[in-house]
Amino acid sequence: MTAAPDPGAAFIEARGVTVEFTTRTGHAARALDGVDLAVPHGEVLAIVGESGSGKTTLARTLMGLERPTSGEVLFEGRPLDYSLRGLKSYRSRVQMVLQDAAGSLNPRQTVYESVAEGIRLHGRARTDEQGRTETELVAAALAEAGLRPPERLFLRYPHELSGGQKQRVLIAGALALRPELVLADEPVSSLDASIRGEILALLLELRRELGMGVVVVTHDLGLAWNIADRIAVMYLGRVVECGTTEEVLTAPRHPYTRALLSVVPEIDQLEPVVLRGEVPDPSRIPSGCRFHPRCPALADGTADRAGVADACHHRPLEILPATGEHRAACHLV
Amino acid sequence: MSELLVMRDLHVAYRTGEGRLPAVRGVDLTVHEGEVVGVAGESGCGKSTLVSTVLRLQPKNARVEGEVVVLGEDVRTMRWGDLRALRWAGASIVFQGALHSLNPVHRIGRQIAEPIQVHEPDLPEDAVRRRVDDLLDQVGLSASRSRSYPHQLSGGQKQRVMIAMALACRPKLIVADEPTTALDVMVQAQILDLLRDLVHDLDVGLLIISHDLSVLADVCDRVLVMYAGRVVEAGRADEVFSDPLHPYSAALSGAFPRVGDPAARYAPAGLAGDPPDPRELPQGCSFAPRCPRAVDRCLEAEPPLVEVRPGRPVACIRVGEP
Repeated sequence: MTAAPDPGAAFIEARGVTVEFTTRTGHAARALDGVDLAVPHGEVLAIVGESGSGKTTLARTLMGLERPTSGEVLFEGRPLDYSLRGLKSYRSRVQMVLQDAAGSLNPRQTVYESVAEGIRLHGRARTDEQGRTETELVAAALAEAGLRPPERLFLRYPHELSGGQKQRVLIAGALALRPELVLADEPVSSLDASIRGEILALLLELRRELGMGVVVVTHDLGLAWNIADRIAVMYLGRVVECGTTEEVLTAPRHPYTRALLSVVPEIDQLEPVVLRGEVPDPSRIPSGCRFHPRCPALADGTADRAGVADACHHRPLEILPATGEHRAACHLV
Repeated sequence: MSELLVMRDLHVAYRTGEGRLPAVRGVDLTVHEGEVVGVAGESGCGKSTLVSTVLRLQPKNARVEGEVVVLGEDVRTMRWGDLRALRWAGASIVFQGALHSLNPVHRIGRQIAEPIQVHEPDLPEDAVRRRVDDLLDQVGLSASRSRSYPHQLSGGQKQRVMIAMALACRPKLIVADEPTTALDVMVQAQILDLLRDLVHDLDVGLLIISHDLSVLADVCDRVLVMYAGRVVEAGRADEVFSDPLHPYSAALSGAFPRVGDPAARYAPAGLAGDPPDPRELPQGCSFAPRCPRAVDRCLEAEPPLVEVRPGRPVACIRVGEP
């Protein structure tokens, strides 16, 4: 554990990560079924997909909250250390902002206490380079999260805050530790439209000013277009398309990505392709291409004309590589 | 009768420990047969209060003034028995947070059957069961689903069940409060398709409440944009979304970027600040403190809702100014 971090390595990386849960009936459900994904320093990466695609499990696994059944998570090129000490030091550099801001704040804790908790846990007031006190650190974090003047909010309780303010307090709690990466699970989905833009702008500003990387988990493609450098589209435990945001959203290759894009209400130039049903149960992953039962390109004969229909039904696709150019896991590509 | 719902100069204020709280301040709204009308606005703008008055479901401390006419009768003065008959059978509401409002210990078939049995107590049991099966079919679920418990259904399926319940007594008017919030994009598209088809097939009127103007633009014929209890803009849904005239509508429209629009890349559009506290509304235009176009004149008086183009009322004194 004393080797210097590999300078060429991604900041964090998932390699062949599989996460299996056992259902009550004893079946194994693969929430993640082989994921390669690299997050370089300072990048804004969006992981998009429907409920059940495995995007939240992937974020939790990157955070060290789930351990891979097989495969590994690398931190600066080395396997993540799952010991208590290892995780504590990891989480001082990688923080998570949970989905439900209202539910993630302790209703009996003041804003000050909520933000100070992490600072105390990691002894940040003792180790601060500028010798700032705990109070100064809390105030700085709140101000960075756009809550100004911070002192006015110190003694407020969550119920006295608006939705946007609660989300900012959560972000401030994560920021107080000066993380190099923040994982945000649906950071704006429960917020009003007018507040949404402000929170997203805040994430971009923190990247610009602090070089902080962001992994944002979302089903909202507009959000990805707003802030992400790269996108990984997930379906049933796999990344099915990845590339830069421009590549994936303006020239999508996977029929699933195209369908997702076509139902975004703002896009009127695309004929909406409303997929039937929902993401299948991960304890019964379809054979061949996992998307084939819902694939519009298979249903309308495109795959058949291209001579791949048989492969769609029977031949599994390779796992997409962690980095590199625009790729899609589809027999038609 | 083509007007299913008419609200005229509707005011709703709550009596609270800290004084009077005006939630709705003079709203006019009409929903015709076969029409989909949307109300857009964020938390606290009064849109859920508005919904509650349609079937007189507002809390006891609410004082309602103005008219709420449903199927030709004023709900405010209606006798209790008539109101009961109107609920479900005349008009029904799909409430916000529907995903949690199903009873977890009853099979969904029984829950859909309940309003039918209340309103048509003489209907034989097998006829009720057939109606439930038809309703499930109508919302795209198989009849065998009637034996499922809510926890066995996904979010999208539960929302379909809620819509089936709303249709159970064949109402003329359906009100849906945030019907797709908390649903995935694909499921949202499925639910919106379903609502559109139902309006078309059953010729009902539909009033949809949402904070997402892009969703409303997609399904509605007309929308009203509410801010701090008032309508600040109304018009054809696509026009309000693509060419908003009130700065607040513009902010709502810009909040959901068009994917592929270079102007939105790395530039999420937001609006600084929070909606005002209804107890302490700002002087003049209540949107002025957050408005990027506000000038001193805006602080003088609340701007009236003026028709700036045919069918396009806007409450902003700066419309048309550079």
